[in-house]
Amino acid sequence: MIHLRGASFVYQAPDGEVEALRRVDMDIAPGEFCSVVGPSGCGKSTLLSVISGLEPLTAGTAEVDGAPVCGPSEKIGFMPQRDQLFPWRTIRDNVTLGLTVTKKRTPEALVYADTLLRRYGLWEFAGKRPSQLSGGMRQRCALIRTMATNPKILLLDEPFSALDFQTRLSVSSDISRIIRQEGKTALLVTHDISEAISLSDRIFVLSARPAVVKSVHDLTALQGLSPLERRDTEAFHTYFQAIWKELDHHE
Amino acid sequence: MNNASPSPARQAYLLSVRRQKRQVHLWQAALLLGLLALWELSCRVGLSDGFLTSCPSRMAATFLNLCRSGDLWRHIGVSCGETVIGFLSGTALGTVVAICMWWSGKLARILDPYLVVLNALPKTALGPIFIVWMGAGQGAIIVMTLAISLIVTILNMYQGFLSTDGEKIRLMRSLGASRWQILWLLVFPANAPTLFATLKVNVGLSWVGVIMGEFLVSQAGLGYLIVYGSQVFNMDLVMTSIVILAAAAVVMYRLVLWVEKFLNRFWGKGL
Repeated sequence: MIHLRGASFVYQAPDGEVEALRRVDMDIAPGEFCSVVGPSGCGKSTLLSVISGLEPLTAGTAEVDGAPVCGPSEKIGFMPQRDQLFPWRTIRDNVTLGLTVTKKRTPEALVYADTLLRRYGLWEFAGKRPSQLSGGMRQRCALIRTMATNPKILLLDEPFSALDFQTRLSVSSDISRIIRQEGKTALLVTHDISEAISLSDRIFVLSARPAVVKSVHDLTALQGLSPLERRDTEAFHTYFQAIWKELDHHE
Repeated sequence: MNNASPSPARQAYLLSVRRQKRQVHLWQAALLLGLLALWELSCRVGLSDGFLTSCPSRMAATFLNLCRSGDLWRHIGVSCGETVIGFLSGTALGTVVAICMWWSGKLARILDPYLVVLNALPKTALGPIFIVWMGAGQGAIIVMTLAISLIVTILNMYQGFLSTDGEKIRLMRSLGASRWQILWLLVFPANAPTLFATLKVNVGLSWVGVIMGEFLVSQAGLGYLIVYGSQVFNMDLVMTSIVILAAAAVVMYRLVLWVEKFLNRFWGKGL
């Protein structure tokens, strides 16, 4: 579904060239939930920008659903840091933002958006403003906004970073359930190793900038368990220790 | 929050808040009445010369005379009209320039030093130039008012546009939004609070422009009444005009607040 080959990205900053990604290879199969972890500022968000077509690669190739990435695509839904709901729009108008932008507010598309709102418990808040929702509900709303255009792939850029720990546990579990239920392919960027282990099928560990893929962890031992159940297993702690060591926290 | 009747403690709290609010209003009114009474008294016992300082009773008489002659509404209408036209055109034009600068970073960099100079320049110094260009009439007054509010609007709105949340812009770009859509669906509504803050500043600035303009060249308006009154040593007329001017400025400011409140309710808290 997502294939990166030798993906490199260099950008020009006022004080010189910055190499953000160096020859990154990545393959993500349809329906997989993968995570990317790495030190702060290593280029995790840049990786998502490259896959979503917001930034062009300086070398290498990026393919999504069999087609090379060249600009934003409807196949990809992007969930940014924090919920980024527009406070002046109602929940329904926030959810259908993508349809408005792509000029696809067809009756079928609106019915689908309403179905998602109903299915995930936000229908009665459809006419309310984001400020009237709890943190968890806002995140769910942001996810529904991402799914309303019916993308095949979801890119999640630290979407839970602004939540307190308790809300984060329940919201991340809720959102991973929704993503799996809808059969989407997901790539989550997070700085939280435990979050990555509790939600993913595989984890890509990136090095400090310029980011290269240091290792890939296949979480087969945790398959079939819910995010909360995973946290109670021995394998969870084993994966955590392994990734923690790789991230070299003495840098 | 529940709809049940409030507890005694809550009722006592609400009562104390209401009482404090009433006390503040009473003190405000008492201060005003006290100052007016002191002013009137000092004039009557000969501590001040009513010819030079006027006094509330003389101002009231002048106000009634202006009302009876029908001149009052004409002068208020002229000044308010000039203020509203200058204020709205300054805000609209300033917002358009700010949008152009947001659209083109190059244009913003080119205009930057000019805006710095124009912002620092006292706009009233341009008054004689406007009179020469526009003629000695309302045109010059409106252009002066516009000039005063224009630069502030450009600078405020442009800064507001630049401070739009980068992650929200990234979200819009990921949806494939065009620059126009980013402006219309995100940047502009996100800066409605900036626009209203600018409008509030501009109301006051526009009155400065109108009164300065009317001082320089006018046949009618509150500024004209003030200048005319001072020229014929009619301080009653000067003082009355200033009080009417203050009231008109407050009413216009309140109108902006009311429109903001209405739109806030209409568009939700985040506007």
